[in-house]
Amino acid sequence: MSEAPLLSVENVAVELPTPRGNLRAVDRVNLTVGAGRTLGIVGESGCGKTMLSRAILQLLPKKAKLSGRVMFDGQDLLLLSPEKLRKLRGRSLAVVFQDPMTSLNPVLTIGTQLIETLQEHLELDQATATKRSVELLAAVGIPAPEQRLTQYPHQLSGGMRQRVAIAIALSCEPKLLIADEPTTALDVTIQAQILDLLAREQRRRHMAMILITHDLGVVAGRTDEVAVMYAGRVVERAPTPALFKKMRMPYTEALLAALPRIDAAPHTPLPAISGRPPDPTRPLKGCSFSPRCRYAVARCHSEKPDLAQAETPEHQYACFHPIESHVVVGV
Amino acid sequence: MLFFVARRLLYLIPVLIAVSLLTFFIASLLPGDLAYVILGDQATPEKVEALRHDMGLDQPIWIRYFGWLWNILQGDFGRSFRTGQTVLQAVAERFPVSFELMLLAEIIGLAIGVPLAIVCAARSGGAFDRFMTGSAFAMLSLPAFLSAILLIYLFAVELRWLPATGYVPFAEDPAANLRFMVLPALTLALAEWPGIMRVLRSDMIATLQEDYIALAKAKGLKASRILFVHALKPSSLTLVTITGINIGRLIGGTVIVETIFALPGIGRLLIGAIYTRDLIILQGVVLLVAAGFVVMNFIVDLLYAVLDPRIRHGHA
Amino acid sequence: MATLELSLDENASALPARRGRRLGLLFWFAIGWMTLIFAVAIFANVLPLPSPTDMDMLERRASFSMEHWLGTDGLGRDELARLIYGARISLVVGLCAPIIGLTIGGALGMLAGYFRGRFESLVVGSMDVLLAFPPLILALAVTAYLGQSIFNLTCILGVLGIPAFMRVARASTLTLARREFVIAAQALGATHTRILLRELLPNVLLPLLAFFLLGVAVTIVVEGALSFLGLGVPPPISSWGSMIGEGRESLEVAPRLAFLPAIAMFLTVLSFNLVGDTLRALTDPRQGAL
Repeated sequence: MSEAPLLSVENVAVELPTPRGNLRAVDRVNLTVGAGRTLGIVGESGCGKTMLSRAILQLLPKKAKLSGRVMFDGQDLLLLSPEKLRKLRGRSLAVVFQDPMTSLNPVLTIGTQLIETLQEHLELDQATATKRSVELLAAVGIPAPEQRLTQYPHQLSGGMRQRVAIAIALSCEPKLLIADEPTTALDVTIQAQILDLLAREQRRRHMAMILITHDLGVVAGRTDEVAVMYAGRVVERAPTPALFKKMRMPYTEALLAALPRIDAAPHTPLPAISGRPPDPTRPLKGCSFSPRCRYAVARCHSEKPDLAQAETPEHQYACFHPIESHVVVGV
Repeated sequence: MLFFVARRLLYLIPVLIAVSLLTFFIASLLPGDLAYVILGDQATPEKVEALRHDMGLDQPIWIRYFGWLWNILQGDFGRSFRTGQTVLQAVAERFPVSFELMLLAEIIGLAIGVPLAIVCAARSGGAFDRFMTGSAFAMLSLPAFLSAILLIYLFAVELRWLPATGYVPFAEDPAANLRFMVLPALTLALAEWPGIMRVLRSDMIATLQEDYIALAKAKGLKASRILFVHALKPSSLTLVTITGINIGRLIGGTVIVETIFALPGIGRLLIGAIYTRDLIILQGVVLLVAAGFVVMNFIVDLLYAVLDPRIRHGHA
Repeated sequence: MATLELSLDENASALPARRGRRLGLLFWFAIGWMTLIFAVAIFANVLPLPSPTDMDMLERRASFSMEHWLGTDGLGRDELARLIYGARISLVVGLCAPIIGLTIGGALGMLAGYFRGRFESLVVGSMDVLLAFPPLILALAVTAYLGQSIFNLTCILGVLGIPAFMRVARASTLTLARREFVIAAQALGATHTRILLRELLPNVLLPLLAFFLLGVAVTIVVEGALSFLGLGVPPPISSWGSMIGEGRESLEVAPRLAFLPAIAMFLTVLSFNLVGDTLRALTDPRQGAL
C-alpha cells in the first residue's frame, strides 16, 4: 500500500488503575487499516480487543490512561479537542456494538435515534432526514421501513435491531466502521445475514471496516487482514489467506483447532485450549501465552517476543518457536 | 392489569374502614366529656345530661360509631359547635390554600432538585457533585420549622423583602398572593429538594452507565442532548413516582408551615381545632386527611405499577 | 419536613461507597458532638450552671456576658442552662420513643418475616393502617385527646415508629430465613425460639441499630416541631423545640434566642443522621455478601 493508511494505530497502550494494581488492557499495539479494507481483530474475551476499539474511538472510561498515537485520516485523535472529536464520531468514524438490545435507547423510537444522527452531522431538516432514514432502513433489509420509524427497539427482533444499529452507523457515510462483536448476541442463523450485510455495505461504500470477534470462523473470507490479540498484544498479523494457510503463532493454531469442523467425524472432541488467560494486573516476564503453549521452550518463559516478520512484510508474529510453514489448514 | 387495580381497590376499603375506626375510637378515649366542653362554664349536671342525650353521647360506643359512619357516608361530617360551619364547608374553604402551598412547594422543589441532579450525575465524583451531595444530606437534617425560622429572619426581619405572615386569595390579587406564598412554599421546598435530587441523581448515574449512552456518545451527539433526551427520559419514571409520593407526604407537612406563616389552610384548621378543643372538626378533618393520604398512596402505587419497567415490556 | 414515615431508602446506598472516605472526619466530629451533648445532658446537675428556671426580670434578653455565657431569654433565665436542660428533654424523648419502635416493631417484623402466612398479612396490614395517617396529624390528634405529657408524647412517637422498624426487621429476616445456616439449624431440630434468638436476631440487630439512630434523629425533629407549636412537651418543661418556639417572638430583638437552640438541634440531628447512615451503609450491603 503506497498511500497512507486511513487508520494507523501506533504504539497504543491503555492502562487502567484497579484496586489490585495497574491493568495493562492494551499493550503497545500497532495496526493499520487502509481505506476500503477490512481488518479482523480476533481474540478471547479479556484480550483487550474491546478496549482497543474504545481507544480508537476515544471513548475510554475516565480513569483510563491512553498513550501512543491514533492517526485517522491524517489527524492524531489524541490531540484533537473534544468538540472536533465529537464531530468526527458518527460522521467519519462509526461503531456497531455487540448487543443491540442495550445499545439502542429503549425509550426512544427507532426514528428518533436515526434522525438525530442525521440532523446532528448533516444538518438535514426533519422531512429530508425522515426520508433518508426510511431509505437507510430499506438498505439494511428491514421490511416496512416507514412503520419502523415510530416503533421502539423492544418491538423488533434481535436481528432487526442490529440492522437498525448498522443503519445508524452507516447513516452519515463513515470512512471507517468498527463492528465490535456484531453477531455475538444474535442467533446463529442470523449471524451470517448480518455479516453479509456488513460486507456488502462495506464494498458498496468503499468503507474501511474493523471486525472484532472471538471467532476465527467469522473473519475467514470476510476480511482482508487479520490481527490476533492475546493478553493486550497483537501476537500475529497477516493477510487473511496467509494467516489461515501459514499461521505461525501456536495460539492462532489452537484457536483454529478449537473451531468445530463440518467434515470432522461425529463426536470428535473439540480440542480446547487448556489454562486461562493471564491475570492482566500481573504481567508475565516471558510470552503471555507460554503457560498454555504446546511448543513452549525455556526462552519463551523468560523473554517477551517482539513482532517479527515472516515471508512477507505484511505477515508478522511474536513467537520464539513458531509453527513451521508446512501446516496447512483448509478452511 | 385490571386484576391488579381491582385487588388494590379491595385492599383499600378495609384500610379506610380501619382508619375511620381508629379515628373514632381515639376520640372516644376522651377523659373529659364533649358535652362539658361545649357547655363550658354554663355546665350544670342537668344541662350536661340533656345535651349528652341530645347528642346521643349516652348510647353504647358501637351504636355511636355506626351512627357517625352512617352520617359520614351520607356526607354529613358534623358541624363545629364553635363556628356553626359543617366540617365539609370548613375543609372546602381551606383546601385551595393548602393545595396551592403543596403545589408551589413541589414545583420549587423540582426546579431546584432536577437541574442539580442532572449536573451532579453528569459530573459524578467531581467537586461540585460531592459538595451538592453533602449539602443535600445536611438539608435533610434541617426540618421545615427550622428553615422557616431562618427564612423569616432573613427575608422578613433583616431584609424586609417579604411578609412573614398573611394571605390573600389568588383570585383576588395574584401578585400579592404569591408574595405571601413564597416563603412558606420555599420552606417546604427546602425540605423536598434533597430527596428529589438524591434519587434522580443516582438513577441518572445508573442510566449513564448504560450501553446506549456509550453509543450516543459514539454517534457524536451533543452532550446536552445526551443528558436531557437520552439519559433523563429513562429516569423520568422515578421522577414521577417521587413527585407523587412527595405530594402525598406534603399533606401532613403543611400543618407546621401553615401555622407558622398564618395561612388559612387545612393544617391550620386542625391546629385551631386542637387549641379550641373543637372535637367534631378535629375528628372530621383527621378522617378526611387520612383518607386523602390513603387514596393518594393508592394512586401512586397504581401509577408506579403502570409505568413499572417490568410491565412495560422491554425496558430493562 | 421529616416525618416519622421512615422508609428504606435503597438509593442512599448509592452514595456511601464514595462518601466513606469523605466521612472520616465528619463521622468523628459527629461522634464527638453526640458525646458532648450526652455528657452535658447527663451531668447537667453537677455542672456549675445557673438554674434554668431562675428568672431575672432585670436582665431579660441580655446579651452574652460573664454571668450568663449565652445571655438570657425573654424571662431572664440563663440561656446556656436552658439549652443544656432542654437537651435532656429532647434526648430523653428522642431516645425512648424509638426504643419502643425498635423493640415492638423489631419483634413483630422478625416474627412476621419468619412465620409468614396469615400472621404476616395481619401484621403488615395493621402497619399499613397506622401508616395511613400522616404521622404528624396522628401525633397531634392523640396529644389533643389524651393530654400533653412527656409520657404520652414518647408513647405516641414510639408507636408511630413501629411500622418502620417492622419493615426493616421483616426485610432482613426474609432474606436471612432462607439462608443455609437457618435451614441447617432447623434440620438439627432447633426450636423456633432458638433460631429466632440465636441465629436471626444477631444478624437483624445490626440494620435495626443503624435504623434506630436515624429514628432518633427523626424523633428529635418531630418532638421539636410539636413543642415548637406548643403541642409537644407540656409547659413549663422546655425542650429545644419549645425554646425555638419562644424565640420566634423575639426574632427582631434577639434572634439568638431562636438560633441557639436551632443550631443545637441541627447539629444533634445531623450527627445522628451521619452516624446512622454510615452504619447503615456498612450493614446493608454486607447483607447481600453474607
